[in-house]
Amino acid sequence: MLKITGGKVYDPANEINGQIKDLCIDDNGRFVESVSGGRTIDATGMIIFPGGVDVHTHVAGGAMNFARAMTPEDHRRTQAFIRTQSRRSGLGGMAPTTFATGYLYAGMGFTTVNEAAVPVLSARHTHEELADIPIVDKATLTLMANNEIMLDQMQAGEYERAKNVVAWYLWAAKSYGVKAVNPGGVAAWKWGSDAKQLNDPIAGYSSLTPGKIVTMLATICDDLQLPHPMHLHCNNLGAPGNISTTLDTLKHLEGHRAHIAHSQYHAYGGDDWDTMCSATSQLAEYFNTHPNITTDAGAVLFGDTVTITADGPWQHLLYKLTGRKWGNLDVENETGCGIVPYTYRPSNLVNAVQWASGLELMLLIKSPWQVFLSTDHPNGGCFWRYPEIIQLLMCADFRKECIAKLPDKIKNRITLPEIDREYTLYEVATSMSAGPARALGLHQKGNLGIGCDADLVIYEEEIDIARMFSHPRYVIKAGEIVIEDGDIRETPHGREFLVKPSYAPETDEFMRPLFEDCYTMQFDNYPVEIERIENPDVRILPGS
Amino acid sequence: MPITLYLKQAPAVPLETEVLSPDVISQLSNTEIRKLTVYHGKRQVPLEEFFDVDGEHSDELIIHGDLNKVRWIGRAMSKGSITVHGKVGMHLGAYMKGGRIEVHGDASDWIGAEMKNGFIHVHGNAGGQIGAAYRGSLAGMKNGTIIVDGSAGLEVGMRMRRGTIVLGGIARDFTGLQMKGGTIILMSGAEIRTGAWMNRGTIISLKPLQMMPTFAYASDFNPMFLNVYAKQLKTYGVTLPYAASAGTYQRFAGDLSVPGKGEILVWQPA
Repeated sequence: MLKITGGKVYDPANEINGQIKDLCIDDNGRFVESVSGGRTIDATGMIIFPGGVDVHTHVAGGAMNFARAMTPEDHRRTQAFIRTQSRRSGLGGMAPTTFATGYLYAGMGFTTVNEAAVPVLSARHTHEELADIPIVDKATLTLMANNEIMLDQMQAGEYERAKNVVAWYLWAAKSYGVKAVNPGGVAAWKWGSDAKQLNDPIAGYSSLTPGKIVTMLATICDDLQLPHPMHLHCNNLGAPGNISTTLDTLKHLEGHRAHIAHSQYHAYGGDDWDTMCSATSQLAEYFNTHPNITTDAGAVLFGDTVTITADGPWQHLLYKLTGRKWGNLDVENETGCGIVPYTYRPSNLVNAVQWASGLELMLLIKSPWQVFLSTDHPNGGCFWRYPEIIQLLMCADFRKECIAKLPDKIKNRITLPEIDREYTLYEVATSMSAGPARALGLHQKGNLGIGCDADLVIYEEEIDIARMFSHPRYVIKAGEIVIEDGDIRETPHGREFLVKPSYAPETDEFMRPLFEDCYTMQFDNYPVEIERIENPDVRILPGS
Repeated sequence: MPITLYLKQAPAVPLETEVLSPDVISQLSNTEIRKLTVYHGKRQVPLEEFFDVDGEHSDELIIHGDLNKVRWIGRAMSKGSITVHGKVGMHLGAYMKGGRIEVHGDASDWIGAEMKNGFIHVHGNAGGQIGAAYRGSLAGMKNGTIIVDGSAGLEVGMRMRRGTIVLGGIARDFTGLQMKGGTIILMSGAEIRTGAWMNRGTIISLKPLQMMPTFAYASDFNPMFLNVYAKQLKTYGVTLPYAASAGTYQRFAGDLSVPGKGEILVWQPA
C-alpha cells in the first residue's frame, strides 16, 4: 500500500490539470479511494504524470538482434550497465540489450511499450526477448500487409477468409494488433520492385493494389473489434514528395479507425532530394479534421542511430545513399526487413527537414490526443532521448536557437520557425501517456483514475526540461517503487497484452496445406504457445 | 627523471593495463602508481603485483620485460612517451591522440588501432591489424605515423582514413584492406590481396607485388608528392626513392570492384 500526497497531478484522462491531489494505491497495484497504513511519499512541490506509454517502438525480435550484432562499434562507446544484486548487465546505445531496455525506459518514466513490428515467424523469439525486458508492460503488433496467404485471399476477393486468416495469425503470434508496413511493397520487393502508387497492381498480383490492402485490412481490424486499430506504415516512406501518397492512403481509410505510424517520414514535399521540403501543414490539416485517425511523430534527433524497418526496398535505397552497412532479411511468406546504421546531421539539408518535420507535426496537429511522442525508436533517434523532444516542444526559444544552427538553405523548406506554440505539461502528459494508451485501447494505462493500473512518475520541477524528464524522482509501476532518487530499486516482471480474436474453426485446416507447401517450418510448430508468454493478459474479443 | 617499470613475472592470462599511459601516470606519486588497478583476466589487481616501479611525476615511461601478454599499453595517450624494452602485447597505443611510443622488440596485433595522432616505432616485428579499425567501426587510424622495422601480419591499415604506416619487412595478406585514405609504405613488399576493397589512399611498394585482377595499370610516373614524403620520412631513418634517375613508379588504380579511387605504386628501379 502506498499513498502519495501533495503532488501536482497531470491526469488528462480525467481532465485533471495540475491540481494538488492525493493518490492511493492498494496491494494489487491499482488506484483506490483511500488506504490505511503503508508508506507515504510526500510529493509536495513535485509533478505527477501517469507512466509513459510508447505507442511505436522496436525493442525486441530478429531485426533488433540483427541490428545489435551489426553495430559492435556502438557497444564499445555506449553506457554499460554493470551487474548488481538486483540488476542484470547490459548495454545502452542505439540498440540497447533486453534488460537495459527495461531499465532505460523505466528510468525515463515509461511503463508500457508497444513493439510495433513482429513477423509471425519470429514471434516466438520476440516474446522470449520481451520476457527479458523488465519493469515495463508490453504489447506486440503483427506484420500483416505483405503476408502472401492473406494477399492471395484479398486478390481472390475472399474477404471473410482473409479476415479469418488475419485473426488466425494474430492468435498464432500471440499479438495485440495488426501492423501494416508498406502494403504490397515488401511483397513486390521480392520481385525486385516496390509499390509506391496506391492504385497500381502489385508485382506478382494481377489486380491487387496497395489501396485495396489498406482498406480491407482496416475493415478487418474494425470487424474483429481489435482494441488498437490498424497500425499503418504508409507506402513511399522517406521519399521527397510522398505527401501525395500519404494523403491518398488516408483517403482509403475514410470511415475507418487507423493509427498512422511515424508520420514525419510521410510528410515531404518537393520532387527530389535537392528540392525536398516539409509538407506537414497539409498532413496536420487532415488530422485536424479527421479525429478517427491518430498518429505518432516519428521525430528525428541529430546523432547516430540504426534504422530498422520491415520496409526492405527503402532500406536498400538508404544503403545506396549512404554507403554504410546494410542488412537485409527475407521472412519467408510474411514480410522482409532491412537494417542500416545512420547518422542524422544538422548540416545535411534532408536531415534538417526531417528534424523540423517531426516537431512541426507535433505542434501543428492541434489535439495531443491525436499525435504522440515517438522517434520510431531506433529509426529517428533512441527512445532514451525523448526528453530532448519534450524540451523542444515546451520551449519555443530553445527551438529557435536550434533552428538558427541549421543551414541557411533550410529557409522556405520548413514552417517550424513560424510556430510559436509551446506544449503545456498537460499536453505533454497527453501526448506521452494518456493519448497513446487510449489509442492502444489500454484503458487501465495512462490514467490515474480509481481502478486503473498504478503506473506513475513523479518529477521534481526544474527549469531544465530535458533534465527534469530524463531524471524522474520516483517511478512507480503497478504500485511498486521501481526508481527512487535516480536509482533502480526493483525490477519486477511486466505483463504482456494480447488479444484472442474469433476465427472460423476450419481456418486451421485451410492454412495447413498452404503452409506446408511453402514454409520451411512445421505447421504444428508455428503458432506460439500461450505458455511461452510470461504474465499474459489476454483480452477475449467478441465472437470467440 | 623517467618512471621505470620492471615486469616481475609474466602474467598467466592477458593483463590489461590501459593505466600505463602518461595521461594517467604523469601527476601520480610512486605509491599511487603502484596502487593503480590492472585487470588480470577478470580479476582486478594493483599494478605492483606485476610491476616494480621506480620514479614518479613524469610523463616519460620506460617498461622492461616480456610484455607479450600485457595489453592496451598507452591506450588513448595524448602526450609524453613510452619506451618498451622487450616484447609487447596487443592494442599498444590504440586510440592514442599524441606522444610517442618506441618498442625495442616485437609487438603484437592492433597496434595504433583507431589512433588519432602520435608516433609509434617498433624496432622488431609486429602483428596484424596495424592502425586498423576495430570490428564494426567505419574508420581506423585518422592520423599519426607507425613505423615497423620488421615484418607485419594480416590486414595492416584496415579501413585507415589518414596517416602513414611504414613496414620495413614483408606484410602478410590484405594489406590496406578497405582503406579509405592515408599511406602505407611497403619496403619489402607484401603477400597477396594487397589493397583489396580500397576506396582511396596510397600503397607504395618498393618490391614487386602480386596485383589483384581488380586493379588496373594506369601509367609509369614519378609523383611530385613523394619528394615531400621522402624528406619527412628521412627524419625517421626511412629512405624512399623518388628521383627519376633512380627509377619510376608503376601506378595501379583500384580496387575497381568497389569501385575505388585508391592507388598502388610499385617501384621499378632504373
